[in-house]
Amino acid sequence: MEPLIEVHDLHFQYDDGTVALDGVHFRLFPGETVAVFGANGSGKTTFVLHLNGLLAGDGDIRVCGMVLERKNLARVRQKVGLVFQDSDNQLFMPTVIEDVAFGPLNLGVDRNEAYARATAALEQVGMEPASHKAPYHLSAGEKKRVAIAGILVMRPEILVLDEPTTSLDPPGQIALLDLLERLPQAKILVTHDVQSARILANRAVFFEKGRIAGEGSVEELIARFSWDRARNRQATHI
Amino acid sequence: MIHRRDARAKTIAVLVFLIALATARRNFLAVGLWYFAILVAVTIAARLPILAALARVAVVVLPFTLVFAAISLAAGEPLAAITLVGKSYLSALAVLVLLSTTPLPELLHGLEHLGVPRYLLMVVQFLYRYLFVISGEAQHMRAAARAKSGSLKRVFFDRSKFGAAAGAMGVLFARSYAHAEGIHQAMLARGFQDRFRTLSRHAFRGGDAAFLMTAVLLLAGARVAIEAWI
Repeated sequence: MEPLIEVHDLHFQYDDGTVALDGVHFRLFPGETVAVFGANGSGKTTFVLHLNGLLAGDGDIRVCGMVLERKNLARVRQKVGLVFQDSDNQLFMPTVIEDVAFGPLNLGVDRNEAYARATAALEQVGMEPASHKAPYHLSAGEKKRVAIAGILVMRPEILVLDEPTTSLDPPGQIALLDLLERLPQAKILVTHDVQSARILANRAVFFEKGRIAGEGSVEELIARFSWDRARNRQATHI
Repeated sequence: MIHRRDARAKTIAVLVFLIALATARRNFLAVGLWYFAILVAVTIAARLPILAALARVAVVVLPFTLVFAAISLAAGEPLAAITLVGKSYLSALAVLVLLSTTPLPELLHGLEHLGVPRYLLMVVQFLYRYLFVISGEAQHMRAAARAKSGSLKRVFFDRSKFGAAAGAMGVLFARSYAHAEGIHQAMLARGFQDRFRTLSRHAFRGGDAAFLMTAVLLLAGARVAIEAWI
């Protein structure tokens, strides 16, 4: 089976000299959900920003068979939908419907079609009644759903979600996980939330100092890197 | 009704207003009162809070214009002082009504159709978006400072407070820069290239033409008539 994303020997260094990625190899196959674990500053977010062409390091990246380069950035960005950690960054148009339609309009989709697609995407995430509200009037959970609708509307083949459950209350987290479970796209889930990873992911990778230090099932990696804080605390108290 | 009019019609109407106002020399009091009445009527028709709009314009405009008006008064030219304050106030009120009845993307799209360079409009759009970013960051920092019993009272008279406030300003801009970078990345990730596209059809209909003609008649025509009769 052809991988949807194939990353080979990716290196990236920020302007201040910080080495953020130091030889990353990664593959994502159709239908998979891969959890990306790692400490803060280990390179997880830097890595996913490369998949959408927002950062350009040294190494090879292929998305749906296309080599990621400047000339096909628009097509790559349509294939890889990136949902940012801070939904406020992603919502900048005056109304929800205009915000969701922003992507298709940029892709050159006709206005009527963009409106129809945006409405359908909002229905998919259960936010259609808020179509004409201003995004900043929504709750954190609603903003996250609208942000996801803004990505789904571009009909991506891969969803990259950076800390999707951060700042959501438990009902909001459950609703979001239910939604993500229903979405058919392959997913990369950057998260510290092991419960979300257990529910959604069928594979995981662990970032350490800009490299993938471990790869396997979610449970294997949680155990190997002592990543389940609750379980560790319980063990300590016993 | 005003809200539904095409951005081009409203922009041209405001331009006509500004030109007619700026070039009014004789009988400014009568022309100014007429224009003020028109703006009040439009503000009410657009269902904008009239008193808040009048007060907001006064807060923005008067501190600057009153200084120059005072200079004119001191030079023995009271009419020039009144004209200066009146023209500034009415101009700002007209622009406020335009901005309050036209979403910014629509307005920028209308300006693009009227030939304003696209890059200039993008700068305006980003400036507008990032003003909210800076203001949001400033509010967060203010709340954090208050939570730690910080206050800006007597900031200009207390050297240590002034130093801390200056440092906070630096942090504010650094944080705003980081936040703005995040917004820009989110826009690029959704295919943003060089222009904002909106769902609106931007059709200039008969109603827009009628609105524009009425505006020109009420503004330019009425001024000519007032100047001829009084």
